[in-house]
Amino acid sequence: MMQITNALDPVEALKSALPAMVQDVKLFRDETTIVVAPEDIETVARYMRDTPGLLYNYLSDISAVDYYPDYNRPGRFGVCYHLYSMIYNRRIRLKVFLQEDDPKLSTLTVLWPAANWLEREIYDLMGIVFEGHPNMRRIMMPKDWNGHPLRRDYPLGYETVMFSFNFDQINKHKPYAKE
Amino acid sequence: MGVVSSKLGNMGVVTTTLDTAVNWARTGAMWPLLFGLACCAIEMMATQASDYDLSRFGMELNRASPRQADLIIVAGRVVRKMAPVVRQLYDQMASPRYVIAMGDCASCSGVYNNYALVQGVDEVVPVDVYIAGCPPRPEQLIHGILTLHERIRGEHLNQWIVEGER
Amino acid sequence: MAITNYASQNAGALAQESTWEGSVEELRGLVSERALTGETMLLNLGPHHPSTHGVLRLLLELDGEEIVTCLPDIGYLHTGIEKTIEAKTYEKGVTCTDRMDYLSPMSNNMVFCLAIEKMGELDVPERAQIIRVIGLELTRINSHLVWLGTHAMDLGAMSVFLYCMREREMILEMFEMLSGQRMMTSYIRPGGVWRDITPDFLPALEQFINLFPSRLDDYESLLTDNPLWRDRTEGIGVVEPEDALALGLSGPSLRGSGVNWDIRKAMPYSGYETYDFNVPIGLHGDVYDRFYIRILEMRESLKILRQAMARLTPTGEFRSNNRKFAPPPRAELGRSMEAVIHHFKLWTEGFPLPDEEVYVAIESPRGEIGCYLHGTGGNKPRRVHFKTPSFMHISALGSMSEGYMIADLVGIVGSIDIVLGDSDR
Repeated sequence: MMQITNALDPVEALKSALPAMVQDVKLFRDETTIVVAPEDIETVARYMRDTPGLLYNYLSDISAVDYYPDYNRPGRFGVCYHLYSMIYNRRIRLKVFLQEDDPKLSTLTVLWPAANWLEREIYDLMGIVFEGHPNMRRIMMPKDWNGHPLRRDYPLGYETVMFSFNFDQINKHKPYAKE
Repeated sequence: MGVVSSKLGNMGVVTTTLDTAVNWARTGAMWPLLFGLACCAIEMMATQASDYDLSRFGMELNRASPRQADLIIVAGRVVRKMAPVVRQLYDQMASPRYVIAMGDCASCSGVYNNYALVQGVDEVVPVDVYIAGCPPRPEQLIHGILTLHERIRGEHLNQWIVEGER
Repeated sequence: MAITNYASQNAGALAQESTWEGSVEELRGLVSERALTGETMLLNLGPHHPSTHGVLRLLLELDGEEIVTCLPDIGYLHTGIEKTIEAKTYEKGVTCTDRMDYLSPMSNNMVFCLAIEKMGELDVPERAQIIRVIGLELTRINSHLVWLGTHAMDLGAMSVFLYCMREREMILEMFEMLSGQRMMTSYIRPGGVWRDITPDFLPALEQFINLFPSRLDDYESLLTDNPLWRDRTEGIGVVEPEDALALGLSGPSLRGSGVNWDIRKAMPYSGYETYDFNVPIGLHGDVYDRFYIRILEMRESLKILRQAMARLTPTGEFRSNNRKFAPPPRAELGRSMEAVIHHFKLWTEGFPLPDEEVYVAIESPRGEIGCYLHGTGGNKPRRVHFKTPSFMHISALGSMSEGYMIADLVGIVGSIDIVLGDSDR
């Protein structure tokens, strides 16, 4: 039986245990964000999950964000891990910044199986590779798709809408299917 | 046909053209493919369920196999990954076969003018009836189906026999 | 005129192009070695299959009737909603969220609006909160009814489907009274709701609340103690609580395993802390528990609806008065120049949100639906990401269904209540 101890302040606890790994701490609208280096994410997440007093045992979400084109942040890509503690009923965000060329990160599937598909989705749509992932393949798009659609430099793929004034023009080129 | 038989009395004989008889039979028992994609499929289910009762038009029997279906209702958005599947289902259906593009997404991709969607399912399969709405109300779907029936009644036997040989 | 068209470049080739798995070799490491030698059978279920609740594809490795490996494959409904919202202003984005989880549009609206409100520090009037709760709970019942109907139909009980759709029509009519649309309501907007409730809404709601318990009893008499139903659901698809947490399950699927986590209780939003309701918890974590929890949840939703209806005052504010976020009422436009300016600015430009990030989660009928919103400082978001319950549930399907018969798989897929629009977005 696990002993339930009093809740610790996550930032203080992390700073005292792994001082080199906390790069930055931000507070916005009562949400704490801890920025860590890409190579440290597994250690930090494991510490957050297993330390009595923190026990962030539920992986809510992993989401990636692209700061293209002109970013005033440490890297082009950000990957956010939203952890939730069932016992202390609070959330925290771990954030990693990645450089533009060859964005790589170690996987968290060893800690939470739930990370499996979330990381695959980020790989597919954002092009961030998770090293050590058991099945790093496209999940949403067809496997022969080019590019990663959710990057900011990927076009939305807008097609001119047919109205009555340009119907004939577009209708001529529209590739209708045959019987 | 009812008019004819009442005029002649109850003789058990009905005279009509073959076109009318065949088209009457085809519109009276049209089996749609049990095939739903997205939101419109839920409205399609609602159309078949108790309140709107699609079986009034002889369409209560949804076939899960495309080989047994006459009509495919593309209910929802067709994305690029799904497009080959839709085409394959269509190819498996026996002629004469019909397609209804239900909803804005199937007709012209609706609000999602983006990379993932096929911009109108008519790029993948030939469409007979388009139904607008996001999602269309069950009444709209019924109207679309009746429009298709209307169209079938105007068909001639010799046309689709030639078509079938091709 | 140039047609900017990334899409139809390959449209002609679309029909021939195949996205199927090329060879068995690609599956090395995912399926057992026995599949590669041909000892076990690989079977493709879906994407067009009646009981996959949409366009889910399952690649099954079967040893006789028994499932050795189950590999779900999604993406057959990937609509690019997140990318589309990035190209729209915040208020327009609400329209896109409806179509995500199309059985519970209000929950999607709600989580997106809560994220906007949190970021913009926008207030929501008390009455709007109550209307929201009514909408959310009606959505929950609506979604559970479709789930119950299709789940029962998959396992062979056809009539439950017809009954459920009958009651669902009542709810859809109420949604139509609220928003003018049956399914894609877009009713919940940043700062409140789109418009006030219509006069015929409350009588319809009261009629529904009075009628529905007896209808619920009808469903239960058809299923709950039905030996056939119990045979097909009890002891099937068992998930231990630790596994459920690690796999990221949420909502009734998680509570079926006995984990007491409901965001309405844990992190209340929209005034849920003031309502008196219970959270049903399962014991065994099997298909039957997950079924029964949803039935009980509908009863709890009715309780909340009753309380909310009693609180609803005849008139009052239904949307925030913060004119930087919420448009002025139509009547003001003729009188006030300021209102005209606000109206113009909001509908042409939208409102700006800071270049920061928030994460908000609510309890949708399926589980935790989360919205990660990152602003740009301008009127469009930099990134919107939805954590959707169906996505996590399908990813857990593989480990949930191992060792069961293929006929049980249908029950397991039904019991985690997936919506493919929700998972693929």
